[in-house]
This record gives sequence, C-alpha cells and structure tokens, in this order.
Amino acid sequence: MAKLDLIMFEEEYKLLHEIISRLQKDASAKVVFLVDKNGQQIASAGDVKSIDATSLASLTAGNVAATDGLAKLIGEKEFSLLFHEGEKDNLHISIVGKRGILVVIFDQNSSLALVRLRVKKASKELQEIFDQVEQRAQKESDGGSRFESPFSEITDEDIDRLFGD
Amino acid sequence: MTFINYASREINCKIVYYGPGLCGKTTNIQWIFEQANPDKRGKLVSLATETDRTLFFDFLPLDMGMVKGFKVRFHLYTVPGQVFYDASRKLILRGCDGIIFVADSQKARMEANIESIANLATNLRENGFDVRTIPYVLQLNKRDMPSAAPVAEMERLLRFRGEPMIEAVASEGTGVIDTLKAAARQILMELQKN
Repeated sequence: MAKLDLIMFEEEYKLLHEIISRLQKDASAKVVFLVDKNGQQIASAGDVKSIDATSLASLTAGNVAATDGLAKLIGEKEFSLLFHEGEKDNLHISIVGKRGILVVIFDQNSSLALVRLRVKKASKELQEIFDQVEQRAQKESDGGSRFESPFSEITDEDIDRLFGD
Repeated sequence: MTFINYASREINCKIVYYGPGLCGKTTNIQWIFEQANPDKRGKLVSLATETDRTLFFDFLPLDMGMVKGFKVRFHLYTVPGQVFYDASRKLILRGCDGIIFVADSQKARMEANIESIANLATNLRENGFDVRTIPYVLQLNKRDMPSAAPVAEMERLLRFRGEPMIEAVASEGTGVIDTLKAAARQILMELQKN
C-alpha cells in the first residue's frame, strides 16, 4: 500500500511559515493558509482568528478535489488555480506540488495580479520544502529512520484515556 | 495518511463513514457533534441538498486529548451514500486513515450494503489503499427497526476480515462512540507499528 504519513518537523514548519508570512505581507493579503490536499491545515499567516481554519482547510481540499475530478473528465491533468470573487473578499487557491494547496484571502487592498505574482514566487519556495519533506519520508520508509516515533509505545490505556474511560 | 506535526505537536487522523444511502452516516456524526464538549469539537460542516441528503460530505473535527505529549485530532467525514454520487465518494477517501462502514440492518437494504462494500473496495483501491488492511470497523445500524435482519446473518454477509462489529442505533447514540473508539484504536495502533 502506497501510504506515507506526512510528518512535519519544527525546522520545516518554520521555513514554510516564513514563506507564507512573507507572501501575506508582499501580496497585501488578509490571510494565507497552507493546506494539505487531504484537508489538513499545515500553516497559516495573517488575521487567522477571524476564520474557522479547520473548516476552511477541509472545504478547500474538497473544492480542489472536485475541480481535479472535473479536470480529468475533460482530459486536463489539473486546474492549478481557482479564483473566487466575492463582494469584499476574494479567494485565490493554487496547487503547490503534489500535496499542497495555497489559499490567499484578500480584499480591495490588494489585486488579483499582485496576488498571482507573489503566489508564483512563494509556490516555488514552498515546493522545495515539500520536496525535502517527501524525500525524507521516502528515505525513512525505505529504512533507517533518524528519529524514534513517540507512538511506538502507545498503549490501550492511552486510547481508553482519549475517550474518558 | 496521518499528519504528524512536530512543530505544533499534533496528530491529525481522517476517518471516513461509508455505507449505502440513508444508512445513518450523517446521523452518527451528528450525534457525536451534539454530545461532544463544545470546546473539543469544531463546526459541523454539511454539504447537503435541500432535502438533507448528503451532496458531497459532512465534516466534523474533534479534539480527543493527548497521547504521548501530542494532541490527537480526528477529522470525521461522511460520504454521500446515493449510488450516483460515486465520483464524490472516491474523492473523500483520499488520504483517509480508517473506515467506518455503516450497514443498514433492514432486510430490504442488505443488497445495498453488499454493493456498497464492493464499491468501497474499488474506490479504496483507486486511492492506493487495500480494504483488507486499512483500519476498518463494521457498524450494524438501525438495530431497533422491526425489519432488522439477525446479527448472525449480517455477519455472514458483510463481515469479511474479522473486523470489530458493533450494533448501533445511531439516532439514539447507541454504539456510536464504541464504533468511533474501535476505529481510533486501530488507527493509533497502526501508528505504533510504523
């Protein structure tokens, strides 16, 4: 089964966070989210408190997955960019590499052209980090893990405790 | 695909409720939503039609507590059960960590249950998973129905790998948490193996 868990370490997270923080400022965006294609939020920057980030991540992934399905139906590999225009706020969604989705929320303080330009640059940088994460995961699955998983000693009691037993 | 974030010390697991139309997938997660401590649960997102049939998915994030210093969070999804939504069902299985198959106990729905399991196997395979090895729980829902088939008969027809089998009446909450717990146990034990 081709199943690699996504494991993100502090140093990788920091780099991703730096890139999207810069993007948020450079694009004069309100919020920037980096989401995994399976609907998990990876990192965020800007005024994140104003938005339900978990729902946003899941709905974005659903949206991208549905659009991917549409692309395949008409013989396209994917639609790498989605843009939703609102009365005040706009949503710019783009694919980063194989597993990332970049979501930029912006209003009249920015413009689609500026967001597109900045996203392009940031995407390249994000892609490099994702590649590193992927390569490390691959290496570890081939053997020779460099860290001891904290879950190697998980017990039935730990799981019972989660359910308040 | 579990997402383990060492920076925020979080593990996120995706659990998908699968099964034929009107078997009670949404009822399961609605009940969990209503019972969960409001601090521990996120918003229940339902993409449904005007008649409350699931159109794309329902989604409920749940904070479960800590394991080995990591915050454990479950993302619960349901698929649309109606046969013609197959393309959407396939998408929702992307990156899932475990499946809860909700079977409808009514005799008249037995064929729909069997078809849905076969459909699950196909859709999992297309997403790179194997129905015989992925964490999996069988829930026999609607046990309170007068036309419910005997448990032994359902077991013979639907249970194929010695998976945990739980009797439930999701509308009353019976068996709902036990089902989730059985899935969580398998998923977390999978992490132990890896």
